[in-house]
Amino acid sequence: MAYSDKVVDHYNNPRNVGTLDKSSQEVGTGLVGAPECGDVMRLQIRVNPETQVIEEAKFKTFGCGSAIASSSLATEWIKGRTVEDALTIKNTDIVKELSLPPVKIHCSVLAEDAIRAAIGDWKKKNGVAETAQAAVAAK
Amino acid sequence: MSTFASRVEVPAGVSLPIYMDNHATSPLDPRVLEAMMPYFTSKFGNAASRNHSFGWEAEQAVETAREQIARLIGATAKEIIFTSGATESDNLAIKGIAEMYRERGNHIITQATEHKAVLDTCKRLEKYGYRVTYLPVKADGLIDLEDLKRAIDDKTILVTIMAANNEIGVLQPIREIGKICHEKGVIFHTDAVQIIGKVPFNVIADNVDVASISGHKIYGPKGVGALYVRRRNPRVQIAAQIDGGGHERGMRSGTLNVPGIVGLGKACEIAMAEMDSEAAYLRNLRDRLKAKLESELDYIHVNGSMEHRLPGNLNMSFVYVEGESLLMGINDVAVSSGSACTSATLEPSYVLKALGLGDDVAHSSIRFGLGRFNTQAEVDYVAAKVIEIVKHLRELSPLYEMVKEGIDLTKIEWQAH
Repeated sequence: MAYSDKVVDHYNNPRNVGTLDKSSQEVGTGLVGAPECGDVMRLQIRVNPETQVIEEAKFKTFGCGSAIASSSLATEWIKGRTVEDALTIKNTDIVKELSLPPVKIHCSVLAEDAIRAAIGDWKKKNGVAETAQAAVAAK
Repeated sequence: MSTFASRVEVPAGVSLPIYMDNHATSPLDPRVLEAMMPYFTSKFGNAASRNHSFGWEAEQAVETAREQIARLIGATAKEIIFTSGATESDNLAIKGIAEMYRERGNHIITQATEHKAVLDTCKRLEKYGYRVTYLPVKADGLIDLEDLKRAIDDKTILVTIMAANNEIGVLQPIREIGKICHEKGVIFHTDAVQIIGKVPFNVIADNVDVASISGHKIYGPKGVGALYVRRRNPRVQIAAQIDGGGHERGMRSGTLNVPGIVGLGKACEIAMAEMDSEAAYLRNLRDRLKAKLESELDYIHVNGSMEHRLPGNLNMSFVYVEGESLLMGINDVAVSSGSACTSATLEPSYVLKALGLGDDVAHSSIRFGLGRFNTQAEVDYVAAKVIEIVKHLRELSPLYEMVKEGIDLTKIEWQAH
């Protein structure tokens, strides 16, 4: 399979690889996918409690090059945004940016799921109600 | 930020990309090409032309090739039928025997890790009223001979079990399988594609009745294969699956691919002369690769028996690293993966699953297929690259981190998707 230059770049130079302290009140953790499906993404955010801005985002991914690139890109895009703004990121945006072929679209879906799961975890920890939009999307 | 640039230097004498996928196909040996060349140009005759020198010349070349193949496997020249390749050979053997012996019975026995050319042929026969038993394999990839004995009944006409597996290189106990078949009066066919020319294979000593052979796995050309069909003790009959001019003693019509056949014959002749030294050479390279990987990486293991295995095969799982991402990192090395992401079906390798491997581990597997033209310098480079990439990808792997922290991954509720 031929990979786009952007996928190769994220694979070789993944952005924001790492681990945040998941017990911290300010940290939300999303773990999505399954080993038997061949991809697992863990995406973590540290949110400023005052501004609700995602100040730090980290990921680790077990998966193909496109899965690694999708999650790496997701951390880049959500950093500096408010949690509500981050929830507007769609998997189709990731597909477009990375020029993913149809067979790799599930990687982008997983990355969107990871963003939602991390934000959902942070909201639960901090007693923030799910927005209507996020609740609908989660279904 | 974790940045990654390979620090592995390419050793002198190694040119990229490196081919290490010799179970898929092998490069044509230059000596084979040389033998074939005249049969494309000046010696272009049809081997079935009986009334001029062009035909005689071609026929003579075909008969020489028949001898060369027969000699390698302990057969006689008359027992060799030429085909377009091993997929056709498998189809001809299984369908041809099923049709010929239909009145005697309708039961066929095969096993889980066969090539698709065997499994899908058996599946088709099931549609036509045949009964097929698919024997399981043990964790080491070998069948249990007791399972085979139990599976044979009075309707069994054919047992088809491969000699060496194409993914894990595991050698089935064909001599014992053949013995059991002969005791019960059942025909034994083996897909011998991967074993021919790699380790000793003799149709008499190994009790084989019918065997499929391919040209391009033994440094011969693509598009040519053969089928060994035993003529004595027992005499096996096969119903033709391609009708026409009655070539190959009526078993396989169609003008013979003379250059291809010459190439297959020459490849067998070379294999016969060089097999012993080549096997020792490849075993040494394979063991070196394995030792290097094991010295630097944890959570890796070999799939299938190391004891009963082709010398050039190494199939390893690099747990917590996904196979396709690993291949992407070693894109100057041609190997293959059991990962679903690298297959057309999006399913992980059925061979590895038959060994009892979970999908997660099957996704993490790489097959190294060493061959005649690989060098020690190439092995050292490949080992260094794989070690580097696996370490890089494990830095990225949440699973590896969790396992290192002592988390039991089987206890997590994963969201399958």
